[in-house]
Amino acid sequence: MHGITVDPIITNLTIFVLAVFVGYHVVWNVTPALHTPLMSVTNAISSVILVGAILAAGSGRLDTGSLLGAAAVALAAVNTFGGFLVTERMLEMFKKKEPKAKEKHR
Amino acid sequence: MTQVMSSNQVALLYLVASVLFILALKGLSHPLSARKGNRFGIIGMAIAVVVTLAITHNIGMALGAIAVGGLLGWFVARRVEMTQMPELVAAMHSLVGLAAVLIAGAVVYNPSAFSIPDPIPAGNRVELFIGTFVGAMTFSGSIIAFGKLAGLGKSFRLFSSAPVVFKGQRLVNLLMAIAMVGLGLAFVLAAPDAQMPPFAAMTAIAFVLGVLIIIPIGGADMPVVISMLNSYSGWAASGIGFSLNNPLLIVAGALVGSSGAILSYIMCKAMNRSFFSVILGGFGAAEGAATGTAEQRAVRSGSPEDVAFLLGNAESVIIVPGYGLAVARAQHAVKEMALKLTEKGVTVRYAIHPVAGRMPGHMNVLLAEAEVPYDQVLEMDEINSDFGTSDIAFVLGANDVVNPLAEEKGSPIYGMPILEAHKARTVVVNKRSMASGYAGIDNPLFYMDKTMMVFGDAKKVVEDIVKAID
Repeated sequence: MHGITVDPIITNLTIFVLAVFVGYHVVWNVTPALHTPLMSVTNAISSVILVGAILAAGSGRLDTGSLLGAAAVALAAVNTFGGFLVTERMLEMFKKKEPKAKEKHR
Repeated sequence: MTQVMSSNQVALLYLVASVLFILALKGLSHPLSARKGNRFGIIGMAIAVVVTLAITHNIGMALGAIAVGGLLGWFVARRVEMTQMPELVAAMHSLVGLAAVLIAGAVVYNPSAFSIPDPIPAGNRVELFIGTFVGAMTFSGSIIAFGKLAGLGKSFRLFSSAPVVFKGQRLVNLLMAIAMVGLGLAFVLAAPDAQMPPFAAMTAIAFVLGVLIIIPIGGADMPVVISMLNSYSGWAASGIGFSLNNPLLIVAGALVGSSGAILSYIMCKAMNRSFFSVILGGFGAAEGAATGTAEQRAVRSGSPEDVAFLLGNAESVIIVPGYGLAVARAQHAVKEMALKLTEKGVTVRYAIHPVAGRMPGHMNVLLAEAEVPYDQVLEMDEINSDFGTSDIAFVLGANDVVNPLAEEKGSPIYGMPILEAHKARTVVVNKRSMASGYAGIDNPLFYMDKTMMVFGDAKKVVEDIVKAID
């Protein structure tokens, strides 16, 4: 028996529930104007599943498991790069304050 | 094992990445802090990936796959039009879903690569089952959502923006869901060498079920669907995090999952639909009945010059942009018009309904792209009380979100919060024709005495107005 050791499922559940609470409160504070960037950045963040895929792809053997992993890496990487980049593109549009000021005083 | 880092170091760096992800979302509370937030997200992801590569035996294949996927993502992100964001986001949800399924498959095939005992303990198998079926449904459901959003209905019936329904659909869905759970249990209870068949069958059913739950949902409900799939993709990532005992995946997945859930809630509220009625689908199926009677009624129509005259003499104008505006690519012309009016001393503001675009916040991005200053762009709650004191409400390519029928009992959209454009002193509506909106319901706003209709392509009309404003 493990004595005081807690089953990892309980630890994971603790982390999960707390993270849901953090997510809930942080996301309610997101301004509605940025809900589309919110979705694209969450696309990018959920691609952190890449971490699991890399472990599978890099098992050191060439077998079904590592090939599945490599495919998952490629899919997730599309989101990693695409998600952050497209978010950046959108947020850049929300930034443009100077041209507006100039145009107003023209 | 030739580890360059201890597991404690790895876990701490994963914690740093988790915190950076939270900061990435926190940054989005204001347009000015948002880019910094995005940088935090990128740094967090870079830490997570580099740390994982450092503890991996053979990084060649992973690096190659990152290069392939990364290049594709980079290319798409650079090229995509802002009007296509909903499709892009749907496509990205599907990728997360499929990646989750593939990883789960890899775990079942070779648990030791993830330091999971072989045979896989029952607890981990439950987690794998959940992560897999959520991932599989996210994948196939998002493909359907993508098809509907991209307007591929003509080439493939399942992509039709009208609800695809058949007799006994809900019963079929229910039976398949039961079969899926049954096979999931079989997978959890199976002998170590007999896990693959129930796992594969369960996954296959989840793929089909994902298709079945999205096809009956009509085009008007797509903002809810896309938010819901956003949520699912997060839960799928979390599920994989549970099975791999990886806190970073659990945290990131939970953040994304709750974000999508909140957006679904906001979208449902904006359409006055309960989440379940959206999921069960079929909305907008009886379009013909609602539109039939309207055709003969008279409307007052005017020319762009008439509108220019009205606008030029107004003190305050509220522009209500809808998706039609984006389709016509008229955002830049509208900004020109607003600029000219502002120079003449007219107060111009924009009123955005939460479902003005095809996804949450879509219209804000489209206006931002046209360099409309974000402080002129107001949300429904902020601006609705100002319509009554405004001279002109200029509705451009919007329809359902300004439909006063929403205030009448018995109408199919009764109770939906609308932008109260009908309260302005004068209403100007630009439409291509008298066709009904996405929800397929006629709009009495067009027949009001104070309403002037300007027919034609939004871009052309607005450009003519710009020319006519002196």
